[in-house]
Amino acid sequence: MPHSYPALSAEQKKELSDIALRIVAPGKGILAADESVGSMAKRLSQIGVENTEENRRLYRQVLFSADDRVKKCIGGVIFFHETLYQKDDNGVPFVRTIQDKGIIVGIKVDKGVVPLAGTDGETTTQGLDGLSERCAQYKKDGADFAKWRCVLKISERTPSALAILENANVLARYASICQQNGIVPIVEPEILPDGDHDLKRCQYVTEKVLAAVYKALSDHHVYLEGTLLKPNMVTPGHACPIKYTPEEIAMATVTALRRTVPPAVPGVTFLSGGQSEEEASLNLNAINRCPLPRPWALTFSYGRALQASALNAWRGQRDNAGAATEEFIKRAEVNGLAAQGKYEGSGEDGGAAAQSLYIANHAY
Amino acid sequence: MAHRFPALTPEQKKELSEIARSIVANGKGILAADESVGTMGNRLQRIKVENTEENRRQFREILFSVDSSINQSIGGVILFHETLYQKDSQGKLFRNVLKEKGIVVGIKLDQGGAPLAGTNKETTIQGLDGLSERCAQYKKDGADFGKWRAVLRIADQCPSSLAIQENANALARYASICQQNGLVPIVEPEVIPDGDHDLEHCQYVTEKVLAAVYKALNDHHVYLEGTLLKPNMVTAGHACTKKYTPEQVAMATVTALHRTVPAAVPGICFLSGGMSEEDATLNLNAINLCPLPKPWKLSFSYGRALQASALAAWGGKAANKEATQEAFMKRAVANCQAAKGQYIHTGSSGAASTQSLFTACYTY
Repeated sequence: MPHSYPALSAEQKKELSDIALRIVAPGKGILAADESVGSMAKRLSQIGVENTEENRRLYRQVLFSADDRVKKCIGGVIFFHETLYQKDDNGVPFVRTIQDKGIIVGIKVDKGVVPLAGTDGETTTQGLDGLSERCAQYKKDGADFAKWRCVLKISERTPSALAILENANVLARYASICQQNGIVPIVEPEILPDGDHDLKRCQYVTEKVLAAVYKALSDHHVYLEGTLLKPNMVTPGHACPIKYTPEEIAMATVTALRRTVPPAVPGVTFLSGGQSEEEASLNLNAINRCPLPRPWALTFSYGRALQASALNAWRGQRDNAGAATEEFIKRAEVNGLAAQGKYEGSGEDGGAAAQSLYIANHAY
Repeated sequence: MAHRFPALTPEQKKELSEIARSIVANGKGILAADESVGTMGNRLQRIKVENTEENRRQFREILFSVDSSINQSIGGVILFHETLYQKDSQGKLFRNVLKEKGIVVGIKLDQGGAPLAGTNKETTIQGLDGLSERCAQYKKDGADFGKWRAVLRIADQCPSSLAIQENANALARYASICQQNGLVPIVEPEVIPDGDHDLEHCQYVTEKVLAAVYKALNDHHVYLEGTLLKPNMVTAGHACTKKYTPEQVAMATVTALHRTVPAAVPGICFLSGGMSEEDATLNLNAINLCPLPKPWKLSFSYGRALQASALAAWGGKAANKEATQEAFMKRAVANCQAAKGQYIHTGSSGAASTQSLFTACYTY
């Protein structure tokens, strides 16, 4: 083994680690507002709004004009490229509005999935070409963190060893390049909830995927203290007939993370996948009440689970903007509480009853 | 990926995890008394005692017949095969003497090194043949944990990726087989201190080795909650001209561990390598005072560092029994305090003075 060639100087490491810690400071999480043009098309068509650049700008304005109440529960916002360069009605760049609230700006840098030939419909993610130059530019333009989403799915024969290996490798390359440019990489190896598999199966797959991700990050000399992880919670497939409680989901999720995510990682910011707003909050809350020791922050990086009500309230009408912004602030505050295990639910039993529902972890 | 085939039932997992936790509870650590016949020969020669089975038996008897209060500092003892079947002067089996004191009995399982052709004198470890049957027998005969020592060295082109991969794989096979037979595997990937490399280089190598070990354990479906890790502390090579403080050793060690060892592992019991008794205790204490997150117990599994004074006090004479036991008890108690960060070295002012010597961790 050759002598180590440090990838980062002490100053670079400190900068990255400080950024990561600020994003996941206690009670804070991430607003994932980085929907691509294609994804926004789906969201907007659901409320009968045309997918134009102006409508996308108006909608993000609804979110970003939230008042200071979001300062205590939002640590970072992920932008799509187009949005990074848009301004509000008064000509103030969105980036500045967010930064002025003490919130860190992030940028989606992957370029979508591409097929892996010879597999059962599996994919890897592209975007590495010229990534260093793009990161350098984004850093100048105000971004301090980035996000890259890989996708895996569970079925009879998937995820295959190739899919796991290839996606882990591409995540590690992306992470390494980000750090060279002063950008904290959020590493997102999403295992989709599609399918009829049960909770245990998802847990098993999640453990295998995360072990491969962390081995790849080590091989690529990535500085873990300057990264964040954005995984799926461990849940049953959408078509699974068995129903599980938030406590069971929490126990399976935290067990999987404890077995694979080194304590050096400062925070785990869950994706919401297909969960409803309330489900995503209840599950996050249960995760933060799980009686297993958890050395990383456990918080949110939600898209739909922070925006669904806001989108519905807005429906493309300027007059609805204020009400829509309120809906967003409400979900942000709820998730800020859930990230501390302090969310009492909308009228449900509080913590005491739920504690007893955790099944001992050796069963997982 | 095929459907998972659980390696262990919940009952098996519970048993393993309880054994592991009881060994390292409340600052307890391990007495590594598993010196092979050859190694005991080296120890006895230094105190001019003949290396006979009876002499080896006598020395171990003195250690094991110490007052029961030893069970507050020692949670487990690793035995060599011969010793597992030896008795004290009253005809009582050593393993029963230990069990009655509430100490868990362990057994060395590896069968020494074998060369890896094509490398710069690197080795792997033998002992997998018939290991399952041997484990089953040892379990019947009173053992509840096993130990297997892999050796890596730092030198030109070393450790090579082959050596790392091969030793990690052998450790994972051993661990898997142990668990199938109800034995908690202590996983020992020792990076030896021979050489003139500095602290940073040892840290780099230790991180690479541990990342490979935990990937292999995951690949082999090993239940981490039912294992213990026995690593080297991160130190400079013996021939390195630069001197480091216990706080520097501690920071480098805990940094390496927290980048590689999942929180699910209940305990990390350091080997003492060539360290003096006092250095081994001081370093362990500094490790427990290190201000980084430490979700596992950080304890000891010491051979020489628990027995050197005792051996010298014994000198092969039965009349020296009390002095021998006192010397041993003193080290055991000191290391138990160190495992709680409470060791007061005569001449220092305790925790306060050590705290200030920690350099900020981002430089590591």
